[in-house]
Amino acid sequence: MARKLPAKDVVIVGLGWTGSILAYELATAGLDVIAIERGPWRDTATDFPPAYAPDELRYAIRLDLFLRPDQDTLTFRNNMSQTALPIRHFASFLPGNGVGGAGVHWNGQTWRFLPTDFQLRSHLEGRYGKNFLPPDMTIQDWPVGYDELEPYYDRFEKLCGTSGKAGNLRGEKQPGGNPFEGWRSSEYPTPPLRQTFGPTLFAEAARKTGHSPFPQPASNLSQAYVNPLGLKIGQCSYCGFCERFGCGNYSKSSPQVCVLPALMRLPNFTAQTESEVTRINLDSTGKRATGVTYIDTSGEEWEQPADIVLVCAFALFNVRLLLLSGIGKPYDPKSGEGVVGRNYAYQTTSGVGVILKDKILNPFIATGAHGMMIDDYNGDNFDHSGLGFVGGGYMGAGQTNARPIQTRPVPAGTPRWGATWKKATAENYQRAYSLSTHGSSYSYRDCYLDLDPTYKDRLGRPLMRMTFDFHDNELKMSAYLTDRLAEIAKAMDPAEIAASPRKGPYNINIYQTTHNTGGTVMGTDPATSVVNRYCQSWDVHNVFVPGGASVFPQNHGYNPTDTVGALAYWTGDAIRERYLKNPGPLI
Amino acid sequence: MRRLMIACALSLCLNTAATSEGTQSFDQIERGRYLAILGDCAGCHSRPGGKPFAGGLTLTTPFGNLVTPNITPDQDTGIGHWTADEFVSALRDGRGHNGTRLYPAMPYPTYTRMSDDDVVALRSYFSTIEPIHNPVVSNQLPFPFNIRLSMLVWNAVNFTPGRFQPDPTKSQQWNRGAYIVQGPGHCVTCHTPKNILGGDKSDATLTGATLQGWFAPNLTMDERTGIGRWSAQDLVQYLKTGANAWTLASGPMAEAVSHSTSQMSDGDLESIAVYLKDQGRPATVAAEPAPNQNMLRTGEAIYKDNCAACHRDNGAGDSGLFPRLAGSALVQAPDPTTLIRVVLQGSRAVSTTAAPTAPAMPPFDWRLNDAQAAAVLTYIRNNWGNAAAALDARTVTRARASLSANP
Amino acid sequence: MPWVPGLASPPQPWRPGPWLFFTADEAATIEAVVDRLIPPDNHGAGGKDAGCAVFIDRQLAGPFGQAAGLYMRPPFMSGAVTQGNQSPDAPAAVYRMALKGLAEYLRVRFSGKAFAALSPQEQDAVLSDLETGAVELTTVKSAEFFNLLLQNTQEGYFADPIYGGNRDMIGWKLVGFPGTRYDYRDWVDRHNEAYPLPPVGITGRTDWTVRD
Repeated sequence: MARKLPAKDVVIVGLGWTGSILAYELATAGLDVIAIERGPWRDTATDFPPAYAPDELRYAIRLDLFLRPDQDTLTFRNNMSQTALPIRHFASFLPGNGVGGAGVHWNGQTWRFLPTDFQLRSHLEGRYGKNFLPPDMTIQDWPVGYDELEPYYDRFEKLCGTSGKAGNLRGEKQPGGNPFEGWRSSEYPTPPLRQTFGPTLFAEAARKTGHSPFPQPASNLSQAYVNPLGLKIGQCSYCGFCERFGCGNYSKSSPQVCVLPALMRLPNFTAQTESEVTRINLDSTGKRATGVTYIDTSGEEWEQPADIVLVCAFALFNVRLLLLSGIGKPYDPKSGEGVVGRNYAYQTTSGVGVILKDKILNPFIATGAHGMMIDDYNGDNFDHSGLGFVGGGYMGAGQTNARPIQTRPVPAGTPRWGATWKKATAENYQRAYSLSTHGSSYSYRDCYLDLDPTYKDRLGRPLMRMTFDFHDNELKMSAYLTDRLAEIAKAMDPAEIAASPRKGPYNINIYQTTHNTGGTVMGTDPATSVVNRYCQSWDVHNVFVPGGASVFPQNHGYNPTDTVGALAYWTGDAIRERYLKNPGPLI
Repeated sequence: MRRLMIACALSLCLNTAATSEGTQSFDQIERGRYLAILGDCAGCHSRPGGKPFAGGLTLTTPFGNLVTPNITPDQDTGIGHWTADEFVSALRDGRGHNGTRLYPAMPYPTYTRMSDDDVVALRSYFSTIEPIHNPVVSNQLPFPFNIRLSMLVWNAVNFTPGRFQPDPTKSQQWNRGAYIVQGPGHCVTCHTPKNILGGDKSDATLTGATLQGWFAPNLTMDERTGIGRWSAQDLVQYLKTGANAWTLASGPMAEAVSHSTSQMSDGDLESIAVYLKDQGRPATVAAEPAPNQNMLRTGEAIYKDNCAACHRDNGAGDSGLFPRLAGSALVQAPDPTTLIRVVLQGSRAVSTTAAPTAPAMPPFDWRLNDAQAAAVLTYIRNNWGNAAAALDARTVTRARASLSANP
Repeated sequence: MPWVPGLASPPQPWRPGPWLFFTADEAATIEAVVDRLIPPDNHGAGGKDAGCAVFIDRQLAGPFGQAAGLYMRPPFMSGAVTQGNQSPDAPAAVYRMALKGLAEYLRVRFSGKAFAALSPQEQDAVLSDLETGAVELTTVKSAEFFNLLLQNTQEGYFADPIYGGNRDMIGWKLVGFPGTRYDYRDWVDRHNEAYPLPPVGITGRTDWTVRD
């Protein structure tokens, strides 16, 4: 029987990026806020100091900072004809855990979506005609536009101190930046990172072949910076232990570095860690949440009453929590009705490996988000007529590391072991480089999330079931992007090239990205969305899903975090300026 | 706005007669509240996790333990039953209720400098705070130190009561700074080395001292081992925010910044800076012999692999995150207590409103053995133009043992 | 959250000593295997002298061997390759069964000779057959076991030496990886220049010891 705690104004499920941002926004507005996080407290000097953070086995292979599948996982199948089976060991995507969430161990790649991305369906149908899109593709326009969101992108980037070069400053193209990006109101908070040899060679080849390379926007900072909360972020030292690792010298933007020290000083904020929210509680009308129930490490159940519930867990688990709490109508792919779990999407990545002649690349000198990229083939930046697909992605040279358990490129056909393998490994390590494409993943009728009928978690609740495969559109897109990248790679005069476009079926064993989107889509129509344009539940007006990637109607050709952070601030403003003054449906 | 008002009220009061007993004007209580900040009463009399000024904090002295008393106006367990004169004599003469002799852990040797008005204002403030019932047994010293009468002799040798006398040849700002440093700020209590009885060495004022396993640094204008290279602005910024281009406050100073100096007015901080910057340099210490080259080479390798990612190859650190080692007085201090402690156990900087980050130095006791710690510390003490005595492994061994005995 | 001085969670260093998981026979087999997967040559020590067998032994004796943290709830059903490993067997059990199956196979094929007693060519042939599944052991799926074994061997060769393998950082020296070094700011712009410093691990390097 859950024991009832004293009421708070706001309860936040999960203390990652969105949880930290919303906690700060609402606590500084004077509200009593509690955040409940199912993982542990994480602190730079105690948990990932430079003395043992750079441990590839522990963090990159054994996944020490990530969610343990025995605490929570999903079941997976490619399509509805299969029986979904548990993901017993995370590989394709790696959900975070603990205070700071994946913000602790992300790469720091900080991209905005394109203006056309926000009006995806109307733009594509407008340009190419209604019949251009496959009938089972369920993409839709966002209920917010780029122009509205621009100040919030700016705000999140200033929170992070992101390093980059603007390509479009208030409508004026800037040399050295991304010529395709949406307009920016200000330059990046810090200058772009200096580039190592590999990205420099790629950029030369990209220019030679008529493209517009620019430095990837990075929240690994090029120089020390103080953010608007007064928090200090250090200069990145290019250690090459970025994704999957915590940053030991305060130079990767994370909730720990950018928000938490200021948040923890506020007397009206409390963090409750190692406590898992099991459901959002509703009143007898089912239209209002009364708070949440959570379970602590000793197995005790607690009820935390609150006036506002913010669902700030990782995207996949936001969806699961709504399903388990009975908020919103679950999606049924057969009938096409219902919304919770609908429009799940992912990311379509691919790679081109090059082995150069007689070069010393020092590939271990790297950051998570350095690199030179081109955006010529993203979104609708290029004419898709006659190509047989829609969508696109950025591509380029930003190899994040050369940690030797995982990264030891050898020429095609080299045996996987033995004397030949050893020789090839030694000879190629310094002159091999990985280029990559990072393509969109549009939504489809048969790619969705629901509750599994068989498998349960440690608390006896059904796991969430993921049904997903790549569609022809994405595979054709990947082939096209990979070909374009290979053309640029050829201009680097390599000794050898190996292009690996994404091939189906989607394989849960192969790491790709942790960009899982959709399931609690934001929209203008309750028939095709779970939350409205303020990320407020259509069904329960005091429940918000403030910006987690679960609100994306589809995934575009960029990493999600910048958009997630912008939407968190956007939702924060909506709550502070509208909801608090007049609690109720905002639409 | 309020701070400005108090600053004005204070500077007026330096020269006026005491207000009469019994008037509890808002101004006086406010002044008392600010003086409690200057004096950092909370630093000892408020236990972390306890109620404000209710005492109960254990102070480890070289003579044994004392527990701070409850100074709320509670009648039974606080000082509610003390007369005004008793309050005054406690601060001035080290004599409390019924004449009980106080131990100088209560810094009456410096508080004696405070003006009558200020002491009365403090009394006013402390009679208005919330009374807390919290019985405390203060005297936990072992025999014979627990005999308070022994303070008679101690006071005769080490204590000269008396008000602060302003120096007419100096500015009002200088005198204000002198008043705070010598009086309520009681900086000498930590930063002046002590004689065998635990009294201040009067010829070594503010040259640094070790207490509770930390070395309180040299605050004289010596450029190598003191704060001679700090500008007035550096000083003000350090006291106000806990961080400046040179270092970040941690250990016992973190608490002093958090409770006391970060809440002082800008005017008072500037006055402190003016006063300290005007103090002379003590006699130059003879140069130490150059350390063993092998040790320096080894220390350099260890530094590169353990320290450079934060403190940089050039020892510059990063202002507000990682202290500057090149040219640092803390690094070159003759007493390496703090240095060894910080390397072995780590340390967390203070969080203030102006500088909330509170970065932490991680511990290295699990990674470096005594010889390695000695080598890297010798290296930083002697590189980038630094010059200080080498450390040997035995010093680190002793420090490690002492830290595990007294965490 | 309150700061605790001295609080750290570095990995536990491996302790030299007897095998914690493998029997003597199993250890002899694994040592021979890792020396074929990563043979000694002029680039440096092979898997055996690098400590790969010791590494695998310590891993199997620890949480990795027990599949700690993984979702090991039933029902266990086989599905498509894309759905991932659905075996109820943790790595420690897999190795035990596989080595038993391998011994049986050798009994039949090589009249009971131990793997370590075969010639290098014979050893390579056996390993290739396991890799491709040309030979199926009776106890485990050969190709899956081979992949696990190869993965763990390579982990052992390239992981931090604190775990028992990569002795003297031989794996890192093979490729020129500087290990746990954390600051390359001065090298970012030095394109096409060899990085001169030797590698360092969590437990340091020989240059950390004062030599008189």
